[in-house]
Amino acid sequence: MTTTHSGRARNYLNAAYTLRSWLTTLDHKRIGILYLISITLFFFLGGAFAVLLRVELLTPRADLVQADTYNKLFTMHGMVMIFLFLIPSIPAVLGNFLIPLMIGARDLAFPRLNLLSWYVFIVGGVFLLLSVILGGVDTGWTFYTPYSSTYSNSHVALAAIGVFITGFSSILTGLNFIVTIHKMRAPGLTWFRLPLFVWAHYATSLIQVLGTPIIAITIVLVGLERIFGMGIFDPKLGGDPVLFQHLFWFYSHPAVYIMILPSMGVISELITCFSRKRVYGYRFIAFSSLAIAVFGFLVWGHHMFVSSQSAYAGMVFSVLSYLVAIPSAIKVFNWTATLYRGSVGFRTPMLYAFGFLGLFTIGGLTGLFLANMGLDVHLHDTYFVVAHFHYIMVGGAIMGYLGGMHFWWPKITGRMYPEALSKFAALVVFVGFNLTFFPQFLLGFEGMPRRYHVYDPGFQVLNVMSTAGASILGVGYLIPMGYFLWSLRYGPVATANPWGAKGLEWQTSSPPPTDNFERTPVVTEEAYTYPRSEVELA
Amino acid sequence: MHSHDAPVAHQFDDAGQQQEAVTLGMWLFLAQEILFFGGLFLTYAVYRSLYPEAYAAASHELDITLGGINTAVLITSSLTMAMAVHSAHAGRRKAILGWLVATLALGGAFLGIKAVEYAAKFEHHLFPGPHFQFPDPALAAPARIYYSLYFAMTGMHALHMVIGFGILLWLIWLTARGRITAQRAAPVEMTGLYWHFVDIVWIFLFPLLYLIGRHG
Ligand SMILES: [Cu+2]
Repeated sequence: MTTTHSGRARNYLNAAYTLRSWLTTLDHKRIGILYLISITLFFFLGGAFAVLLRVELLTPRADLVQADTYNKLFTMHGMVMIFLFLIPSIPAVLGNFLIPLMIGARDLAFPRLNLLSWYVFIVGGVFLLLSVILGGVDTGWTFYTPYSSTYSNSHVALAAIGVFITGFSSILTGLNFIVTIHKMRAPGLTWFRLPLFVWAHYATSLIQVLGTPIIAITIVLVGLERIFGMGIFDPKLGGDPVLFQHLFWFYSHPAVYIMILPSMGVISELITCFSRKRVYGYRFIAFSSLAIAVFGFLVWGHHMFVSSQSAYAGMVFSVLSYLVAIPSAIKVFNWTATLYRGSVGFRTPMLYAFGFLGLFTIGGLTGLFLANMGLDVHLHDTYFVVAHFHYIMVGGAIMGYLGGMHFWWPKITGRMYPEALSKFAALVVFVGFNLTFFPQFLLGFEGMPRRYHVYDPGFQVLNVMSTAGASILGVGYLIPMGYFLWSLRYGPVATANPWGAKGLEWQTSSPPPTDNFERTPVVTEEAYTYPRSEVELA
Repeated sequence: MHSHDAPVAHQFDDAGQQQEAVTLGMWLFLAQEILFFGGLFLTYAVYRSLYPEAYAAASHELDITLGGINTAVLITSSLTMAMAVHSAHAGRRKAILGWLVATLALGGAFLGIKAVEYAAKFEHHLFPGPHFQFPDPALAAPARIYYSLYFAMTGMHALHMVIGFGILLWLIWLTARGRITAQRAAPVEMTGLYWHFVDIVWIFLFPLLYLIGRHG
């Protein structure tokens, strides 16, 4: 084996050191790191907007900002978090890094396309940032017409261009993953031997490739409408603003699964590894990912129960939305069954997995409340909705992301993070999260509408709790940031397989060499062949 | 089938795997394109069912002769593109060059005719901007939506043609430098898929936009 003068084995990190070598890299692992750095910056930017929102909501009056600024703050919080953090998060960082490793390939099928997708993402991000710097957007992340297309005086066009461009980055990543998973698997790695992480990303990629173009063309129409006043979404000119909502949610409901499915993939890996057990119901979990992707395209109308959609259409959308709960529940039950009689190890990634299980379940079940047409009339556009989707997107998606980052950090960097501190941080995140968002369920149920900077004084106690929780949550996110950076230099050196995990990515060194494997691995067994636990043997 | 002389990128094991991956990637890209245009076709269908008369009246303002000629031009360009792919498989460099240049010329003719049509629409105040006017004022508002979609759909199509134009130029350059051979025909083949797709989109656009209420 070649070694550098520092004595460490050749790997993808020390293969070259110049900035140029990073900005022109075709290595999927380095591109994953480029994404990691960029989305981390966007995450803290989106978080800064959230801080301002929560500070304003400490009192029922307008203290910190006025209505206009508040509108811009929640819009920018949503746009940055969704388009620049959540949608790329797990796929573009962990998926990029791990999929070729997990399937025993040297790289993704199209490395140039992969690098291109990062540049496209950055260009889109720059447009969104420009719209922030020049004064912001106030339409909400949903761009509802005709406000966005005709009336808003904020920088809608710039933000729309940004969202349009980042969409293509998402499409290219999804396309690359699908081709890679189909065509690049190592000898012996059949579909039903794939890690469930790969299945989850396959389902995600289908949504990215088939859903994103719809929002792209919709945004083009909004842009044209804004520039020329064409009338497509303007009721004064015979257009139908609700058509925009149909097109928008046709993408944006499945987009929720772009955020949550990869996280579910991570959870499958964590739970099997730290229970030391084969996953219960492998095929059910694999197919439930596909089922979620397919059903996800058929439920968009549940966002429009009060938007003049016909009651019959509403009923169909309501029933279909209930159906999505089935594959989601299958996953949760199978994970729980995997834990049963496993020898469960409470390492940091597993704490996040437990956090995910509880929070995702609450988020999913409250989704059923909202899929119910009658209840939704009461809860629509209240804080109940805000709490619901934060339980899915933050409690679900980000818990999975953090769990995955802790699990694969040794593989990515070759260093271990401090165990005790990271457990403490996981606890802080869990407590902070619940204190932030659980009160919002109560606020919404009592009727506090979302997207207002002032509220009835009776709601103040719960709002103060929520803001206190957000401060704790913020600390919970900053601690990992700190010790991850610390570990790069001072963390103990990681072995190739610190968790004793199965999966091809653990068979190569940490960090992996540029070509991933010394020689192409041959797979002879199914995924997660952990030795039976002693309890089971007895 | 696949010769082992073909250049294989480092992430692939052999030329066969590379060819399969590239082909699947291209088809996925086209699937994405279908959804992209699908949003426009859906919007078109919604307003056509709401405003059938305005659509028919507005459609009558289009130049069916120029549209018809353009349809013929584009279908012919698909033929020349198919011939280019055929020649690429046979590895006949001169023939590839000839068919690619022919495709480029036909594509250019299409865009030229389209530009003439657009110019006429601007002259007659049929572009849905601030100067929009429609002969029948009662139908002006929905006709404006029709023209919005006319320009959005044909504009998106033309944009795809322009991109195809660029790819053809690149292919011609590759071929001239001897970089397209029977073993390395994939770039021509993939461009062929793209070109045919753009052609098919027009095959739908032409009747939907030009031929409303023209029967009988
Ligand atoms: Cu939804």
